[in-house]
Formats: sequence, C-alpha cells, structure tokens
Amino acid sequence: MSLPFSSVYPLKQSRAHEVCGDGALAFAAIAAGEVKGPVVWISDNRQPTVNPEGLVPYCDPGRLLVTRTGDQLGVLASAETALRSGAAGLVVAEIGGPIGLTEGRRLQLAAEAGRTTALLVIPEGAGSNAAETRWRCGGVPGPGSPRQNQHDSTHWRWSLIKNKIGTLSEWVVRWDAASHRVIVVSEARG
Amino acid sequence: MQRRIVSLWFPRLAAERSLRARPVDAPFALSVFDRNSERIHDLSPSAENAGLQRGMTLVHARSFCPDLLTRPADPVADQRFLGLIARWATRYCPWVGLDGRDGLFLDITGSDHLMGGEAPLLDDIRTRLARAGLTARLGLADTPGAAWALARFAEGIAPPGELLSRIGPLPLTALRLPDPACTALERLGIATVSQLHNLPRATVARRFDRDVLFRLDQALGDSPEQISPLKEEQSFAVRITLPDPIGLIDDVMAASRRLAEHLCDRLEAAQKGARLLRLTFRRVDREDHAVELKLARPMRDAERILALFERGVEKVDAGYGIDMIRLEALELEALGLRQLDRAEGREKDSLADLITQLGNRVGLENILRFEPVESHIPERSFKLVPAAYSTPATAWPYARPRPLRLFPPEPILARGSEPPSRFRWRGRALTTFETEGPERIAPAWWEDNESWAHGLRDYWRVATVQGQRLWLFHTPQHPAWFVQGEFG
Repeated sequence: MSLPFSSVYPLKQSRAHEVCGDGALAFAAIAAGEVKGPVVWISDNRQPTVNPEGLVPYCDPGRLLVTRTGDQLGVLASAETALRSGAAGLVVAEIGGPIGLTEGRRLQLAAEAGRTTALLVIPEGAGSNAAETRWRCGGVPGPGSPRQNQHDSTHWRWSLIKNKIGTLSEWVVRWDAASHRVIVVSEARG
Repeated sequence: MQRRIVSLWFPRLAAERSLRARPVDAPFALSVFDRNSERIHDLSPSAENAGLQRGMTLVHARSFCPDLLTRPADPVADQRFLGLIARWATRYCPWVGLDGRDGLFLDITGSDHLMGGEAPLLDDIRTRLARAGLTARLGLADTPGAAWALARFAEGIAPPGELLSRIGPLPLTALRLPDPACTALERLGIATVSQLHNLPRATVARRFDRDVLFRLDQALGDSPEQISPLKEEQSFAVRITLPDPIGLIDDVMAASRRLAEHLCDRLEAAQKGARLLRLTFRRVDREDHAVELKLARPMRDAERILALFERGVEKVDAGYGIDMIRLEALELEALGLRQLDRAEGREKDSLADLITQLGNRVGLENILRFEPVESHIPERSFKLVPAAYSTPATAWPYARPRPLRLFPPEPILARGSEPPSRFRWRGRALTTFETEGPERIAPAWWEDNESWAHGLRDYWRVATVQGQRLWLFHTPQHPAWFVQGEFG
C-alpha cells in the first residue's frame, strides 16, 4: 500500500517537522515558498546564511527575517519565541547538533500554541522523537535519471523517514518553475 | 510693569550637596586637583571657622585642621543639582535662569502676590532651602545685576526704583566686573558703585574697558539684561510609589499597566512613539532592577508594550518587595496619528512585536533582512540589514541559478579546465555525474578584493553520483579548482 504524496505534503500546519540530507535547504526553501506571510529563518553564526539569490526560484527572499544567534540554545529559544508569537507563516531553524526530546516537544507545543509551522533543518540522525514528520532529501544519483538540461528540472529524492500519523514512503520529485510547485516524478521504491 | 528679579546665591552649593547625601559632623571639605596639588574646592562652615579657605592645598589645610574630612568634588553633579533647584524654583515663577555655577535668577514680576508679597516670598524660599540643607543668600531688585549684588554683598530687598541708593555703597566687585578692572579703579580711589557712577562716563569709557560701564548700566537698569529660562525638557517618564511593597507578577504587571497607559497617553499627545523603554523596580532594600525593552518600531500601545515587557519582568527578583516602579521612554521617534487599517495593520504589528521579542533575546542587530545589491560577484550580490530599521525588499532580480548556500572557496585537487570526474571534498570522495557550464565571472577590478586575487572564474554546476550538487569554479589565470557553494 502506498502513501499518497498529497497526504504528507504540503507539511501539516501548526506542527514541527524535520528535514535532513544534502537537499534539506532546497526542501526548506520550497516549503518557505508555499506558505503565506513572513518566514523566520534562524541559524547560528557558525555558518553562512542561506544565499538569497539561490532562494529566488523558490520563494521571495524579501519575506525572510533572518535571525542569527550565537549558539544552538539561542536558535532553539528564538525558534520557540517566533513560533509562539504566531506572526510568521513558517519558522525555519538550522540546527547544528542533536536535540533532545524536551527541546523537540517544546517546539511542537510552541508551534501548536502559535499556529505556526516549524521546519528544523537537522544533521543526519539528529532529530527528536517529537517531530511530526522527518524527511531525508538528496539529489537523485546515478545514471538513468533525466538530464538536468534546465535549472528548474532538478530531481530530488524525498524520503519520509518518520511519520507520526502514517506509514513511510519516498518519492522522486522535481520543482516546476512555471506552476511554482513540486511535482512527483515517480513513486520510488521504499 | 516694573520687573522684579530675585537672585539666589548658594555660597556652599558643592559642599552642601555632598553633605546632603552623606552627612558628617567633622569639618568637611571637597577637594579638586588643580595646579599640581589637591586643593579645597568647597568647604563647610565649621571648616571655614577652623581657618581654611578655598584654593588652599589639602596638605596645608590638614596642618590647620587635623580632623578634616574630605571627598573629591564632582562639578558635573553639582551643575545637575543646580538644574534641579532651578526646576524646583519654578514653583515661584515660570521664569528661572541659571547664573554661573552657583546661582539662579528668578523673574518674579507679577507672581509675588501668590506667596503674599515679596518679603514672604523670600522667607518661603529661604525656609524651604534651609530645610533641604542648603544655605542661600537672596537679593531682590529691579534688575538682575542689582539683585546679584544684593545677594552677594547686602542681602535684602531693594524697593522698586531704589537701585542706586541700595547698591551705591557696595564695593565694585558687586558689579560683576573682572578683577583687573576693579584693581585699576581701586588704585584711582574708586571703591564703591556710587563713586563709579559719579565719574563722567566719557572718561571712564576712554580709560577702561567698555565692560565697566556696561555692567554698571546693567545693574542700574539702563542696559537690558535677559534671563534665559531653562529649556523645558519633555521627559516621558512616569512612576508609581506604593504604600506597601508588592512582589507577585500579577500585581507588578497591574501597576506597570497603569504606568504604561499614562505614558502612552502622554506620548500620543506629543505624537511620539517609544523606541527604547526602561522599567525600573526599586525594592524595599533600595536596590534597583531595570528591564530594558528595545522596540522594532516606535510605538505607544500600552497593551503591546506590557506584553513585550512580560518576559523581562518575570526575571526580576522582587526580594522583600517592590515599592516604586518607574517607566521611562529613553528613545523617542516621531509617530503621527494614523488611520487604522483593519487587517494589514495588525499583521504588521504582530511582525514588529516578533522582531522586538527576538531582538530582546539575541539583540536587535541580529534580526536581519536580505537586500539586493547591484553586483555580479555572487558573494556581494546581497547584504543583510537590520530588520528593525528597514522595509522588505520587493523585487529580486533573477539571472542565473545560484547555490542555496555560499561559503568561502574551498580548494580541491583537480587539473584541467573541465570539471574533474572524481574529486575529494570535505573528506568525501565524489564522482561527477553531470556538469553544466562554464559561466565566466570576471573580478570587479575597481574593487580591492583579496579573495578574487586568482582572477577570472569559470563556474560549473556539478551534480555528483553521491547526490550533492555543487558549485565549482576554475581559475584559468592561476589554474586551480574550488568549491564555493551547494545547491541543496
């Protein structure tokens, strides 16, 4: 039995989701383009911010409110504040290390209280069990995949590796610039 | 109407200010470092009785008076204190000006009847100042010059029109003349004001500075003299003093609410909005706890201000209780009245509140927005500006695909002008699967940029079998390969 893509994407609102893998930033950028209202993008000072020029195909960089904090605790605290206030459409937090169940649950509660969706960009295997869904994203490797002759026909493999309310699955998707949305190319094998 | 001026002189302002804060019984003096030694700046009457005087070195003074207590002088605080007295003096008349470092002028024209006449007014001033621990000498006359002379040399009231008869017998220094002029006149046998007045004006003007006649005319009212009242500072600060100390958050917030409402009414009347607020709690043990709030947008909405203060207030340790709360607006910006917009206004407000909340956690300068910059250099094509002081950029140009993450170029081992088929990057062995390029970007020769020292760059988008999509560049002028970005 296969899980329909539309039942898990777009991401369920007022919940905390996690994404990891090489394509995580693209996933976050696409999610940011799909919500209404400002997007709060929180990261710590240790790595450069997301490049706004790279965001342009997916979402308007002018909607981003970039928050830089000194450490991971600041990222989590700022994310909780931003989620609770309910002013943003999406809160993206780039997290450098593993987070515990307490932190994950707090973010989940804050997302519910503020009716805001949270998306945590995490390193591989660093998520918390409190997340609603967790995705692993990467470019589609190997020969046989369609040629990337245009910049907007990049293929990604999006694997749902944790789902609180359903089964797991994975899809190969591409970004369609004309309709400004994600299109499932094929149901990949699990 | 005849002008009536009061001159107030505080002969021991500095010493008495210091003694008010911490009284002592012993002879007391303030010291200041002047001409290579500690000297007496101001002193108490008991010290003066012991034979000390201003300007004496401290070593010298101690030999006269071994039990002398001294503290360093603080002229800035003295000046501030004089300003406070000036503000207090507006209870007698609206027109109060500073006079040097230790005096005030009060223009009481038409306001003396409020205190029951001139003599009761002076008595009232004197009693109240004495109660505050200040010695004051008072003079009342038609002109500031004459009042000044009376305050310093013959305390009292000169009835209207009787100027010369009162200040005539006073010495020349009563005219606020510079010392050399006084000495020169005294050498000629001119010792009092009336003697100077009797001299022919032409000869005095020729022999001495113009200042001499000018000061005489000022004292006698022949030449006008203005009193500059203090600028009325609009201070946006309110406070509440409580009969019993409070400590519960709800109580503190309720008291703060009353303050915030009051303050916001005043801000609204002045059409201003606060940008920086400070809420100070004074505990019963006299310790102050201040909570500062930096706002992303100027505002004067009591409810929102309180909601933003909540987090800071929770951290305050109430100790044995709080009995005074003070709310100040430290930075103001003009904020006109505006038409409320039903939906859009609220959305903007909530975003500004969010910026404030985040800003009070990580600093307002760390909440940023992207803004496009006209540059073809990838890492220079945008900048980050503080969100609290900017509006969102509207149109972003889109020219060519750019990576989602740019980092400083990381060298990889490769040769040739075509992307390598295998390379190692960040400890991983990668195999090239597909490439796209090159896109040549030339350095901005008009800018001095060290990272572009290798010259031209040929950018390639490289997809690897392992799934990464990277942004590589080759520098044909100094052959080398680098990774600069990740497409994600």
